[in-house]
Amino acid sequence: MSAVLSPLAALGRTVLAILAYVGRIALFAIEAVSHLLRPPFYWREFGNALIQIGWLSLPVVGMTALFTGGALALQIYDGGARFQAEFAVPSIVAIGMVRELGPVLGGLMVAARVASSIAAEIGTMKVTEQIDALVTLSTHPMKYLTVPRMVAATLAVPVLVGVGDSIGIFGGYLVGVNRLDFNAAAYLKNTVDFLELWDVVSGLIKGAVFGFIVAICGCFFGMNSGRGAQGVGRATKAAVVAASVMILAANYMLTEVFFAA
Amino acid sequence: MITLTDVHKSFGNNHVLRGVTLHVPKGQSMVIIGGSGTGKSVTIKSVLGLVEPDKGQIEVDGRDVHQGDRDAFLARFGMLFQGGALFDSLPVWQNVAFRLLRGALKRPRPEAREIAIEKLRRVGLKPETADLFPAELSGGMQKRVGLARAIAAEPEIIFFDEPTTGLDPIMSGVINELIREIVTEMGATTMTITHDMTSVRTIADRVAMLHDGVIQWEGPIGEMDAADDPYLQQFIHGRAEGPIEAVR
Repeated sequence: MSAVLSPLAALGRTVLAILAYVGRIALFAIEAVSHLLRPPFYWREFGNALIQIGWLSLPVVGMTALFTGGALALQIYDGGARFQAEFAVPSIVAIGMVRELGPVLGGLMVAARVASSIAAEIGTMKVTEQIDALVTLSTHPMKYLTVPRMVAATLAVPVLVGVGDSIGIFGGYLVGVNRLDFNAAAYLKNTVDFLELWDVVSGLIKGAVFGFIVAICGCFFGMNSGRGAQGVGRATKAAVVAASVMILAANYMLTEVFFAA
Repeated sequence: MITLTDVHKSFGNNHVLRGVTLHVPKGQSMVIIGGSGTGKSVTIKSVLGLVEPDKGQIEVDGRDVHQGDRDAFLARFGMLFQGGALFDSLPVWQNVAFRLLRGALKRPRPEAREIAIEKLRRVGLKPETADLFPAELSGGMQKRVGLARAIAAEPEIIFFDEPTTGLDPIMSGVINELIREIVTEMGATTMTITHDMTSVRTIADRVAMLHDGVIQWEGPIGEMDAADDPYLQQFIHGRAEGPIEAVR
């Protein structure tokens, strides 16, 4: 009997531990938002975070979108050919990019690049007593470290998603026109005609939520980093894994909400 | 000025502080000595509120440290951390002037920079150091910058956590002398944690020895060598034999 129950008990413990972590991250997020509503706000740190999270993530998000848009065009052309729907390539590339692939891939790339960097930076600050030093210098670590990054990521990721969407559609256009012999003007017309404002807006909303998740996970795991290089390494890995899983889960939930609306 | 009464703190099963009672008079330099892991850092972090004691009371000027305006309370303190704890992302002058660039003590940037350069000069660093980043400095220079940051806002109370750890004997001597000079000229109340007996003899007005989570001995530096406490004598003479267990 115990041979049957012990794997279940282990599974139960793991599930409880994951739920406890989600709860702690949620409480951390609530605390961060509550600090946003109370002064001071550190504008200089916000500006730095905006550059680090937004501007410097642009190349990786752009490259990801470009290749994804191109691959998507090829796949849709190949799949569409089975029921004579090759003409749908421009509209499906556009809708697929702005509603789903742009936000999700953009969010995941930012999670890989930014959540790891935030967790490593704050984790190192913790193990080298820089966070304690902040406190002794009358500066709340949540206000100084978390709030500027949280706001910057929430504002920057939708912009990255918007730029990524455009580059992804352009990737599809390049493949469509140069490889699949679409007429350039017809490709663009099909893209614009079938794309609705809500397609774009829903993707940008997803981007904002994903940006918030990335910053909160990076800061949470950094602030709770263990001691030494190993502790910082674990915090970095946990931040990326948690942010990625939460982005995918949030994506499904948001899609359900948008679908129902 | 600073009074700890029966302070207890445990981390899991590790009972670090088991009833620390200590009084640091105003304007005095108190040095806390004791073996590694005896709770010296936990003691000063408890005063600053970085660690919450499980039991006991800590007062500064008769006021409980956990009550009242926290920013105003912390504005009275400066601290030199063991590893410097300088902010890697900021140049040296912004580290030193950190408190002067934000919060209640905020000054215009040019004025804050001037003060930072003056404090750097006070700890023996040239103005050119101001624009370097902490990673570009040697260990001794980082300690000096940490010291400059600790005194930048001219606090009433300064804590020094292992100020000479990791430094060569000459640099240790320089830092010890600097601390003594600065403490004397500022008239600050200080608490220093150290294993370094040269630091103790240079910096201390009074010495407290922490062992097994309690203050084992406390008294003026002048009485330390003649004290008949076997724990204190073993520690200050660095003997392997004695009541303090030495793990070989």
